[in-house]
Amino acid sequence: MNNSLKLESHHLNTLFNSLKRDNYTLIAPIISNGSIIYEQVNSAEELPRGWTDEQEAATYRLKKQNDNAYFSYNVSPYSWKKFLFPPHIRLFTVESKGKSFKINSSDAPIPAYAFIGVRPCELNAIKIQDKVFNNGQYTDTVYKTRREKVFIVAVNCTQAGGTCFCVSMNTGPKAKGGFDIALTEVINEDGHFFIADPGSEKGTKLMEDIPCSTARQSEIETAERLVQTTAQNMGRSLDTNDIKKLLFASLDSPYWNDVASRCLTCANCTLVCPTCFCSTVEDITDISGEHAERWRRWDSCFTMDFARVFGGNFRPSSKGRYRQWLTHKLASWIDQFGTSGCVGCGRCITWCPVGIDITEEVKRLKNEY
Amino acid sequence: MVHNIDPMIPIPAHIRRVNWETEDTFTLLLEPECGNNNKFQFLPGQFNMLYAFGIGESAISISSDPFKKNTISHTIHRLGIVTNSLSQLKHGDTIGLRGPFGSGWPVENAKGMDVCIVAGGIGLAPLRPVIYSILRSRKKYRKIFLLYGARSPLDLLYRAELEQWGKFPDIHVLITADHGDSSWKGNVGVVTKLFSYIKLDGFRTTAMICGPEIMMKFTLQELQQYGVPPNQIFISMERNMKCGIGLCGHCQCGPKFVCKDGPVFPLPQVSHLLDKKEI
Repeated sequence: MNNSLKLESHHLNTLFNSLKRDNYTLIAPIISNGSIIYEQVNSAEELPRGWTDEQEAATYRLKKQNDNAYFSYNVSPYSWKKFLFPPHIRLFTVESKGKSFKINSSDAPIPAYAFIGVRPCELNAIKIQDKVFNNGQYTDTVYKTRREKVFIVAVNCTQAGGTCFCVSMNTGPKAKGGFDIALTEVINEDGHFFIADPGSEKGTKLMEDIPCSTARQSEIETAERLVQTTAQNMGRSLDTNDIKKLLFASLDSPYWNDVASRCLTCANCTLVCPTCFCSTVEDITDISGEHAERWRRWDSCFTMDFARVFGGNFRPSSKGRYRQWLTHKLASWIDQFGTSGCVGCGRCITWCPVGIDITEEVKRLKNEY
Repeated sequence: MVHNIDPMIPIPAHIRRVNWETEDTFTLLLEPECGNNNKFQFLPGQFNMLYAFGIGESAISISSDPFKKNTISHTIHRLGIVTNSLSQLKHGDTIGLRGPFGSGWPVENAKGMDVCIVAGGIGLAPLRPVIYSILRSRKKYRKIFLLYGARSPLDLLYRAELEQWGKFPDIHVLITADHGDSSWKGNVGVVTKLFSYIKLDGFRTTAMICGPEIMMKFTLQELQQYGVPPNQIFISMERNMKCGIGLCGHCQCGPKFVCKDGPVFPLPQVSHLLDKKEI
């Protein structure tokens, strides 16, 4: 049965308005400081309309295009984890009372976010973090309380980014679930429209309020072809055959010295990665010494003190730290969460200041194997 | 078990006694403000995250008798900023506590077996609850060996108790110091040297080890010589921990989260990781 709807581009903002009416805080791609980031918006007109991004290893540039496309770019240096797993958040406050103290957990209201423009690889990243932050024994309250309220408008990719390799990770370029509505943007001689596929009851219900028609088979096929062409045009791929075995058998490989000679341990790859989840905590007090707080912030396995205990550091070298990151991402992640930690979004390639390319690194490791 | 709905939020725990074990190591006796009639249940080998007001948290093993549920104790080596801050607290002061977290020693499964406990330095603290448990059900176990080593005689923990345990006829307590001093008449050398004084029935032995990784590595060699099967050997590991519940990522050792999957591991789960540097 055909549930696909056709949404004319000039009605896209109705979707934004309906979500606002339902009290969602809208988060969507916008242009800021020369890159596309995910931020709070009010209307579809704030989207980077007519812009695209050129991404290569250690390269990111925005470029104006001669179209009015809303979604003609790929992933941002930001990822949606910023909202579900905030980079810096207060966990509790403590008030000293004589020899004792009182601990108050945060009672700040939890926003209900509508994410607009979530790419298929990013949907998979959210699915992965769902497993990370509910590990069977413990649930992360910060993540859970935000995640359960989210409304997701996915956007299928109609162009392959320069560093994308989602096809080989089986995470795109078409969304296969985990969204409330999935859009595919089409611009051709017939006009500028979206094929909208509801993916949940919430999504179906929302679309009822939005002026759209049942999509014709030919229109659906046009959208399908765009996504298929994206898959065909993807320049990079990561060979996942026996990847776990490869990584675990390569702990002593000379390859790690090679990558360590290039890696700056700057942690960019972990911060832009939509699945990396490490965090640390910071304790502060005010000047009176009677009020204390504990904050959690993103951390990275590339930082110097990440594995330090008093009396020693379990991972003092950049070689050890890069090996930890790659082995975790592609191998031990599978043991821990039943899935790879990589979704093929290419962020770590684009934003590595020295252009270390995870797809090339796996090839090199294979050659040494 | 976890006394707060959110395992990241500590509960207050009141200090009832501070015991200095050595020059730099002390034991806090705590009364946690937990629900459940203030009874704090834990397994030998589990740890708590202890919070010094405004300073930070440290992962510290529980070192008291698991049958005593109104108070728990933690033996703490004064090393970093948090443990230094905890060391300045007195009777009546309050700290924060999250836990208990992690896996425990196989106290139940070791019944009917010989038990060989090997501890180095502060590694005795997480094993003390095992000794208390065994002593409470002594008849359910066969021979008990406790091999304990510290850097110097002055660094030995729980000396009065060690002496007391040593007097029991059916528990073999062997102690050594890496370096002796003028008053020390006991063994001198690393803890593995003590294996030459005992005879283990390898196949019927459950071994529990806690200490620096290098010490555990050499202990494993000794146990292998006695033919103790790897799945009857348990080690407790140390890593940097921020959350204690497998979410912060710091404590990873290969695919294991030491805080949640450990800290006590059956050897086959981690033996392939112990030989590698920077895992």
